[in-house]
Amino acid sequence: MRRTLKSWTSAWAVTVLAVLLALPSPALAKTEIQWWHALQATLGERVNEIAAKFNASQGEYEVKAVFKGSYPEAMNGAIAAYRAKQPPHIVQVYEVGTQTMLSSGAVYPVYQLMKDNGLAIDWNDLIGPVKSYYSQGGNLYSMAFNSSTPILYYNKDLFKKAGLPDKPPATWGEVEAMAKKIVASGGKCGFSAAWPSWTLVENMHGWHDQPFADHANGFDGLATRLQINGPFGVKMMELLQRGVKEGWFTYNGRLNKAESNMSAGECAIFLSSSAYMGNLGRAAEGKFTWGTGHLPRLAGYPQGNSIIGGATLWVMKGAKPEEYKGVAQFFKYLASTENQAWWATVTGYLPISNAAVKAMEASGVYAKNPNLKTSVTQMMTGKSTPNSQGLRLGNFPSVRDAVEEQMENIFNGSKTAKQGMDDAVAKGNDILKEFAALYK
Amino acid sequence: MKRTVFRNRWLPYALVAPQVAITLVFFFWPAFESLRLSLYRASPFGDRLIFVGLGNFHRLFGDAAYLRSALASVVFSFVVTFVGLALALLLASLANAKIRGLGLYRSLLLWPYGIAPAIAGILWLFIFHPSYGILPYLLSFVTTYQFNWFLKGWVAMALIIVAAVYKQFGYNLAFYLAGLQAIETSVMEAASVDGAGAIRRFFAITFPLLSPVTFFLFTLNMTFSFFDTFGIVHAVTQGGPGDATSLLVYKAWKDGFEGLQLGFSAAQSVVLMAVVILLTAFQFRYAEKKVTY
Repeated sequence: MRRTLKSWTSAWAVTVLAVLLALPSPALAKTEIQWWHALQATLGERVNEIAAKFNASQGEYEVKAVFKGSYPEAMNGAIAAYRAKQPPHIVQVYEVGTQTMLSSGAVYPVYQLMKDNGLAIDWNDLIGPVKSYYSQGGNLYSMAFNSSTPILYYNKDLFKKAGLPDKPPATWGEVEAMAKKIVASGGKCGFSAAWPSWTLVENMHGWHDQPFADHANGFDGLATRLQINGPFGVKMMELLQRGVKEGWFTYNGRLNKAESNMSAGECAIFLSSSAYMGNLGRAAEGKFTWGTGHLPRLAGYPQGNSIIGGATLWVMKGAKPEEYKGVAQFFKYLASTENQAWWATVTGYLPISNAAVKAMEASGVYAKNPNLKTSVTQMMTGKSTPNSQGLRLGNFPSVRDAVEEQMENIFNGSKTAKQGMDDAVAKGNDILKEFAALYK
Repeated sequence: MKRTVFRNRWLPYALVAPQVAITLVFFFWPAFESLRLSLYRASPFGDRLIFVGLGNFHRLFGDAAYLRSALASVVFSFVVTFVGLALALLLASLANAKIRGLGLYRSLLLWPYGIAPAIAGILWLFIFHPSYGILPYLLSFVTTYQFNWFLKGWVAMALIIVAAVYKQFGYNLAFYLAGLQAIETSVMEAASVDGAGAIRRFFAITFPLLSPVTFFLFTLNMTFSFFDTFGIVHAVTQGGPGDATSLLVYKAWKDGFEGLQLGFSAAQSVVLMAVVILLTAFQFRYAEKKVTY
């Protein structure tokens, strides 16, 4: 019975598809540019807004912003479309997909695109971490769009209740001491973090100038070995394991799941993306006050920089030259100081050019909302080193998964910090080896 | 049964052709593709395709994580099936009694089947969630034990089991109800007259008479819990904590879809395909023949 039902559904799908294909498509006066993205809710509205503004600014091209689901879904959609020889012109790919895109041979590098179309963007004005993450041989391969970096958030009301001064913790020692006081004063969650691998492992390594993987985190050649089981990585995990045991660190799951606890006003100290600001602001309105600070430092290790996350826009091969011309014009439009400043102000993502930072400073945005500036000052006080320019790993999503699995095993006490990190490295190396074997 | 005879020799073939075409295109072709892909190390964009023979399978069966995933799937499937069937049978027996408002009860009991697995998962998430769930909140009054399934593997497993049982419940109940109604009342009355109590009647008459239904539901639930629970896992635990709830079907998706290791993922789906073929063969071979009144 079930099978018959399924077949009927398929039959209908085929019929509908056939009818749709048979219909003549209306002649388009404008050249259409497909832009596949993965931003939803408020962020998705902003994407539509900027596409609409571009479309209104000129008469030749029509950028169609299409929401394709989560980051992995958008990337897979583009892969499937490319293999079917129907790729979108632009696809938004998350930072962990960078190496896959670079190796794919399916992309039209952005620096090349702009050069071929005789349009100039001042790449040297891009902020350092963004430029280094997405460049190869000094050339930018994908268009910087929504970049963020983790920062520290704290709940001022909970701090007050625990008798703590209105100041974010600057070191892990302070995080521990403050979170303990929060819990002692009846708080439910002293410290927590979203995106566990990104905030607590990847960024902590970058922030303390420690290597995450060999070959300068994959920037000098394909990475083949993770290096997160060194003294620093193990020390970080031991600290957090103890935090769970002593009750001052509450683990709230992978991805951005922990954000719901922070938004509910339960957590006092919290690490997450700078782009979480908009949602936190809305959730906290009229309920509690909050502030931001730089990532905490672990004493005895050198200063590095925080690593960026988010996504960039990749141009796919296989379209017509006149369409690429439109893509180049769209990127030129996106990169304008005015649009960059607008985008960073309404989303909490990093302004990607120094000119945009200056424009925001001049317009008084930062004076009105100092939290918007935290990520920028953090990256400027940080020192960019080979360990903090970014992470370029093949099959990175699987590597991140292997790390988070072991973080959970460490936090719940079923493994020691050393054992867990060793296991994460072993599995991660396996995954890297597979990727290297593909592109040797 | 009336046998239909077609005058035209080609008409029957023409009539089944669309069905055959759909099966070929939507079932056999993808299946063949994964079979082929499982022998390769393939790049996401299809520019590299390196033949590795049984390399992916070798990697798979040498992978402790895969074996843990297989074990978790087996435990999950058996528990979901047994708990699910026992519960459905119990409630079906109760709903088969002659009570007022019976139609209403029956309709309500069937409802859960209309819910998509992901939605069922989310519903239970709201009940179980460590910080905003109602259950941990109520439990906090009686015990200080922390039911944080973000870190406790068995709690996470229990959670997806409950969600899966709930999801399948209406379906199981419908079949049991139908089975119960097919049992002659005269048989039951005769047993009552002979002095058999309700429990005795159930085990001596009802349960054996329901055995074909039970067998059918057993294979169906095993298949469901092996292959159709992706939505629940994805919505609730994402395979964690550690890899405690990383069931085979979820792992295959994750390695292929998020990890973009297409050949490795194809090898996993080939293994799953073998399992479903075995289950189906088992069903066809024994369903009609061995389990009878």
